[in-house]
Amino acid sequence: MTHGTVREPGGMPFLGPGAAGTRRRQQGKGGAAPPARGQPPSLPSAPAAVSAERCLFGSGDNGPDIYKGKICTLKARALLIDMEEGVVNEILQGPLRDVFDSKQLITDVSGSGNNWAVGHKIYGCQYRENIVEKLRKTAEHCDCLQCFFIIHSMGGGTGSGLGTFVLNLLEEEFPEVYRFVTSVYPSGEDDVITSPYNSVLAMKELNEHADCVLPIENESLFQIVNKIHQMINSGKLGSTVKQNSLVTSSAGSAKTLQVKPFDAMNNIVANLLLNLTSSARFEGSLNMDLNEISMNLVPFPRLHYLVSSLTPLYTLADVNVPSRRLDQMFSDAFSRDHQLIQADPKHSLYLACALLVRGNVQVSDLRRNIERLKPSLHFVSWNQEGWKTGLCSVPPVGHSHSLLALANNTCVKPTFIELKDRFMKLYKKKAHLHHYLQIDGMEQSCFSEAIYSLSDLIEEYNELDATKGGPRIDPSRLKIAI
Amino acid sequence: MGGTRMSIVTVQLGQCGNQIGHEVFSALCSDVRGTHGLCSKKENESYQDSCKERFFCQEESGVPVARAVLVDMEPKVISQTLSMAARSGHWRYNSHSHFCQKQGSGNNWANGYSVHGPRHKEAIMNLVQKEAEKCDRLGGFFTIMSMAGGTGSGLGAFVTQCLRDAFPTSFILNHVVWPYGTGEVIVQNYNSVLTLSHLYHSSDALLVHENDVIHKICAQLMNIKQISFRDVNQVIAHQLGSVFQPTHTAGGGSGYSRNPLGDLMETLVPHPEFRMLGLRNIPQMPENSLPYSAFSWPGLIKHLRQMLIANAQMEEGIDWQVRPPHPGSSIPSTSKPLHFNTSIANLVILRGKDVHSVDLGSFQDPSLYTSWLNPQDAFNAWKTPRAFNKYEKSAALVSNSQFLLKPLDSIVGKAWNMFASKAYLHQYTKFGIQEEDFLDCFTTLEQNLCHIKKHSTQGQVQLTWKLIQELRL
Repeated sequence: MTHGTVREPGGMPFLGPGAAGTRRRQQGKGGAAPPARGQPPSLPSAPAAVSAERCLFGSGDNGPDIYKGKICTLKARALLIDMEEGVVNEILQGPLRDVFDSKQLITDVSGSGNNWAVGHKIYGCQYRENIVEKLRKTAEHCDCLQCFFIIHSMGGGTGSGLGTFVLNLLEEEFPEVYRFVTSVYPSGEDDVITSPYNSVLAMKELNEHADCVLPIENESLFQIVNKIHQMINSGKLGSTVKQNSLVTSSAGSAKTLQVKPFDAMNNIVANLLLNLTSSARFEGSLNMDLNEISMNLVPFPRLHYLVSSLTPLYTLADVNVPSRRLDQMFSDAFSRDHQLIQADPKHSLYLACALLVRGNVQVSDLRRNIERLKPSLHFVSWNQEGWKTGLCSVPPVGHSHSLLALANNTCVKPTFIELKDRFMKLYKKKAHLHHYLQIDGMEQSCFSEAIYSLSDLIEEYNELDATKGGPRIDPSRLKIAI
Repeated sequence: MGGTRMSIVTVQLGQCGNQIGHEVFSALCSDVRGTHGLCSKKENESYQDSCKERFFCQEESGVPVARAVLVDMEPKVISQTLSMAARSGHWRYNSHSHFCQKQGSGNNWANGYSVHGPRHKEAIMNLVQKEAEKCDRLGGFFTIMSMAGGTGSGLGAFVTQCLRDAFPTSFILNHVVWPYGTGEVIVQNYNSVLTLSHLYHSSDALLVHENDVIHKICAQLMNIKQISFRDVNQVIAHQLGSVFQPTHTAGGGSGYSRNPLGDLMETLVPHPEFRMLGLRNIPQMPENSLPYSAFSWPGLIKHLRQMLIANAQMEEGIDWQVRPPHPGSSIPSTSKPLHFNTSIANLVILRGKDVHSVDLGSFQDPSLYTSWLNPQDAFNAWKTPRAFNKYEKSAALVSNSQFLLKPLDSIVGKAWNMFASKAYLHQYTKFGIQEEDFLDCFTTLEQNLCHIKKHSTQGQVQLTWKLIQELRL
């Protein structure tokens, strides 16, 4: 019986197959968790904070979660999967080692050789039972399981192959639980030759089994990192940047030297996920839960690719917040520079758009900016007012306010077209195909089906684009005879 | 009817319902606790007793307990609402009268109606039953919900049906909040169409507030710079308070009206096809301006009447060019000037100083009303000398008219446009709401729109409200 007591929500396990996924989750936890090593928790002490934690973390078997500022038994609701050990081992030796339950790891030694088929067919088969068992265990610890986050890359073997295998598994075992996937798409200069094959094979799985996909491109993350470096090093007078406000910093975690090149980039994605879940974790005047994101942003089942942008990238330390800065934040969310993939939503067609605002922002600020920006954006004819909004009272660490924009927009099409082109270049020459076809369960039809799936998707976006700018003919209303 | 006053049980549904509900009880409580209300001590005490009996339960601890059931499909809002009330120290909610789940309804009407509804019906109705039993006499139910989301709208429609089934002779008034025209929820128009068409089958009347309208009041009359939902909700609560606080009805001798919901229905809903009510309240201004403002009843009445016939949303920007057609002419209602707002019934509620001297003749002008009702039946006035919420004089208008014709038409139009492209339908069909169900709802509303436009029904008025009431009692 649940009436009579108000219980905290609990249940959003993270699954991070592959190196990219695993590392990203570490960053995510850094932002969300109270810092380790004896520092006082950075979360407020009101009951809301306890609920916020229980969303992404569970308790260990006994003992308090946090005692005298140290993490004791607070455990991430996460499963780390990699077919080689290097990355996972690093995490287990790092500052967040106590946050990950050693029982929630699945590793192997030899890796997937950048081969989707190895990840999906071989390791999938081999580790199926193990994965299911560990998933069930994590799920059981949740009061109420709402959604799964899968974090992986598309271009490799484990994240791509085993990752999409897990996606399938989740649909079978937990059909009613939402599946959000954060996928890192390879760039043109990817050093993995077979990344187009891996990506297209994975895309078919995403098309058919994911509820929502947030594509990410390293190129975009890199540009954002550079932009921030420039800002810091420009030495502009009176503009000191607050270090912990950088979208590239793992604010709240213990200070570690960000030597690794991907750390800053990964932190951006971590912050994306934090902002995405903020309204589910914290209070606000207009809550926006994850199931609402799927409901509002996915008008047709296969069109579930959402382009995301985060603003601000940093906060200037010395300036208080006039509303012009607030409005700038909204403008930036629609600029090409702030998107996490190489895309320009402003010049393409919107099917739907969500704005999740955090901090001291009220509904009038939101409305003013929507009114202001609307005229320069193109929305599909049957969804002219296609805005979903959320207001969360608690801002991210180091900021007074922030904005996450999620767009279901045809600007995602070029990414898919390029992927298809790169795939076809290899496929026409049958380059490296034997590595895949020699795997048990793999046939030529896997490839042709995958490319058809991608082509179909591109065609759906083409059809929508064709309606852009055309005459608007509203369907005639029902006529009633009385 | 007997001497005992009737009590109202409030059901707060979803985030909007719970946030507004909290502001309503706060406003009622603070009004009662406030000054002596510019009237005699006896009058004031009678008002306070009446309000308390109507909305609160007195328990041994002394702090009044709201007669309310809080329902939401996720816990954060209820948790906040309960603690905010308790912190006030002046009133609180019953710590057991709430029901919540973990997941929310995902803005999905079908999820709220077809999944959460049946699943949690027993638990929710148990809580309602308990509150109903605490009333010496149950005067009916007041539900508060938005129609844009998933819980308030979908579960709210389901709960309203359950209330109707479980309490067939009780009055049910649904307070429905209409979302901003642009973007709170993308599927808000679908959810709205589904909600309104379902409520028509089980509710007695719908009292409507539109976020856009209240927002304008906040911006232009209240001078609030950074308008929050809290600001909007407080204006709504003030307007609701101006309707629900005790008044003397026309016929009632001494003492405050005992059956507020019944009285409301009787005066305003003569025919079940027309049961959407709009609300206007003047004056409305920032609290710190009140000491510097003076109002006259003739001025207020004149403005309120013009707001009615010109369909003005607030006291600023009223179109004074709009005029009713010549009185006494026998032109059928369909040929009235297009932008003139024709009423079926109106209720004016006056509170404050010198209320008994007010001349309301201008509201009894037959040209304001449709042709098929007797003008004497179409207009009613309730009064009390007890001032409300620091306003020396205030006038509220609850109107069954064409106020909501355009907004409703707009919502149906947008929903139909989206429906024609089949966008988002898979989200509803997976929870059991099919295309045919949508079509039924569209039909119901298009029919209703037709009727409101023409203000006529097929043939004669078959069943008057009085008859319905008699059947109930």
